[in-house]
Amino acid sequence: MSALESLADAYPDLVFEHVLDPPQSVAHVPADAYLDFVANARAAGFDVFVDLCGVDYLRRDPRFEVVVNLLSYDPPARLRIRVGVAADDPVLPTLTETFPGANFYEREAFDLFGIVFAGHPDLTRIVLPDDWEGHPLRKDYSVGSVPVRFKESPKAQ
Amino acid sequence: MSDTPNVVTGDFEAPTTEPPSQPETADSAAAEARREIHDMWVAGTEEPAWMRSYTNEGAQEMLEAESDPALEIHRGTTVTDDFIVEEPADDDELQILNMGPQHPSTHGVLRLHLELDGETIRRVKPIIGYLHTGMEKTAETLTYMQGSTNVTRMDYLSPFHMELAFSLAVESLLGAEIPERGQAIRVLLTELNRVSSHLVWAATQGTDLGAVSMMIYGFRDREYILQFFEKVTGLRMNHNFIRPGGVAADLPDGWEEDVDEIIEKVSRGVSEYEELFNGNPIFRDRTIGVGVITPEECKALGVSGPIARASGIKWDLRKAFPYSGIDKYEFEVPTGKHGDVWDRYLVRIEEVKQSLGIVRQVLETMPAGDYRTLDRKVTPPPRKRIDESMEALIHHFKLFTSGFKVPAGETYQAVESPRGELGMYIVSDGRERPWRMHARTPSFNHVQALPTMMTDSLVADIVATIASCDPVLGDVDR
Repeated sequence: MSALESLADAYPDLVFEHVLDPPQSVAHVPADAYLDFVANARAAGFDVFVDLCGVDYLRRDPRFEVVVNLLSYDPPARLRIRVGVAADDPVLPTLTETFPGANFYEREAFDLFGIVFAGHPDLTRIVLPDDWEGHPLRKDYSVGSVPVRFKESPKAQ
Repeated sequence: MSDTPNVVTGDFEAPTTEPPSQPETADSAAAEARREIHDMWVAGTEEPAWMRSYTNEGAQEMLEAESDPALEIHRGTTVTDDFIVEEPADDDELQILNMGPQHPSTHGVLRLHLELDGETIRRVKPIIGYLHTGMEKTAETLTYMQGSTNVTRMDYLSPFHMELAFSLAVESLLGAEIPERGQAIRVLLTELNRVSSHLVWAATQGTDLGAVSMMIYGFRDREYILQFFEKVTGLRMNHNFIRPGGVAADLPDGWEEDVDEIIEKVSRGVSEYEELFNGNPIFRDRTIGVGVITPEECKALGVSGPIARASGIKWDLRKAFPYSGIDKYEFEVPTGKHGDVWDRYLVRIEEVKQSLGIVRQVLETMPAGDYRTLDRKVTPPPRKRIDESMEALIHHFKLFTSGFKVPAGETYQAVESPRGELGMYIVSDGRERPWRMHARTPSFNHVQALPTMMTDSLVADIVATIASCDPVLGDVDR
């Protein structure tokens, strides 16, 4: 039995999508079952941490989403876990207890989206300066611009 | 872990004493003058005396890296490093040293916050972000047509792999089919790019360990490949050549001879490197048993590519999830046993040979045909058609002003870059610009794994370990 099948058996209520080519399995997990689900996925064979990132859907409820990518080496399979995070209370439990590799990625998501990972050992900004204001990858954070004054082009002689 | 005294981490004791009160001075005039100067210059800026004994640097503060319970679970085995020093250190003897971001051996602007006990590293904290340019935010303002100019600048040593990952992600949302010749050109360029990237690694690894002549050899051989890239794409780096829908142009006339010459020259160069390194006692002493990482730690930390393979994980995305028709070509996945710097050297040298083998196979079996998809909604029409067809003109205008629309959805596509798994996660809302683009870059994980490789080794091993990870800071910070 593959890792995905045993995981689907353990969570009969959960929606698994199978999209695209090569098959990508996507699990939509509620926030309260998130930590438990990731631990079970690791036990079922998805024991390679690949990626964690935030997405801001702005007008959707819940507004944010945290996307975790896991990998199983044998047999080769990918699992993508999508968790919704509410805008008024953007808190998720940290994955660092299960996968220490999530450490930097959660700091990045905190830095760029302002999603708080409760229990993280070092939740500080990672790519931006410590005194930066705002979370730039949020959709309501504008790109901004610096006014540039061009000199008049020299007139033809 | 818990019953032994935690001397390695050197915890600071919580402050128990009150700030000492200032002694009264007899000379009140002098005290008044001092007070005025104080009020003018330093009032409000000083910190209490008890705080001066330690720093609070926010993101730059040290952590108890080695007391990570999750790593202990994953580790399962003890790390066999020759240079582990068992004796505990006094707190007084610990010393904080900042290495980087301008240190030449950090391969860019990586900064390491080191806590040293003499020559032994007790704790390491990598500090990144000095090269952050907000490329993921920029990607949201660029159309899919323009996107590949953005991503190609992330990992500047393997730009073709960045472009390929981005293009694969966009194509998987579009459902576009790439003609065989386009796929073969992609394989040719990415495998040559893997060779050129590994040559830079060989050059810097050699230089960092004292073999300065290796710097010259590595960059000399890389130059042959970059000249070929310039001939094909017009640029030595940041090509923007692999685009959604195929590649930008066909290969130039005479490319077969050029590739043949590259294979011959680089193969000769690689055998020179082996001659230089394999029996070299200095190189062996400085790499064998240094910077060890176990397979369990690789999995837990998301370490991939040559580093994971050197630890004994036989995993290559080209074999597991083949892309661009790479499964048509025969190649081996080299693995190591010990997960140290020496094994990473062996794995990378073997990968160069295997990649040259793939390039040779592409050279012999290059199919004829189109080099990009003929879907006019994705690829611009040929220049000649614009003069004679109104529809072609409209397509051309629409593509270059507003780009093409991509069906709503989300996808994650990964390629095996020279450094490891390089993934692109794209969320599309059905418009011309990605709603969200996230690059999962291998160097980010490898920099994160540096403390695991370095802790309790010696200062001189830092440069060997960083060089063997081959981090590209543009890839880390994005």
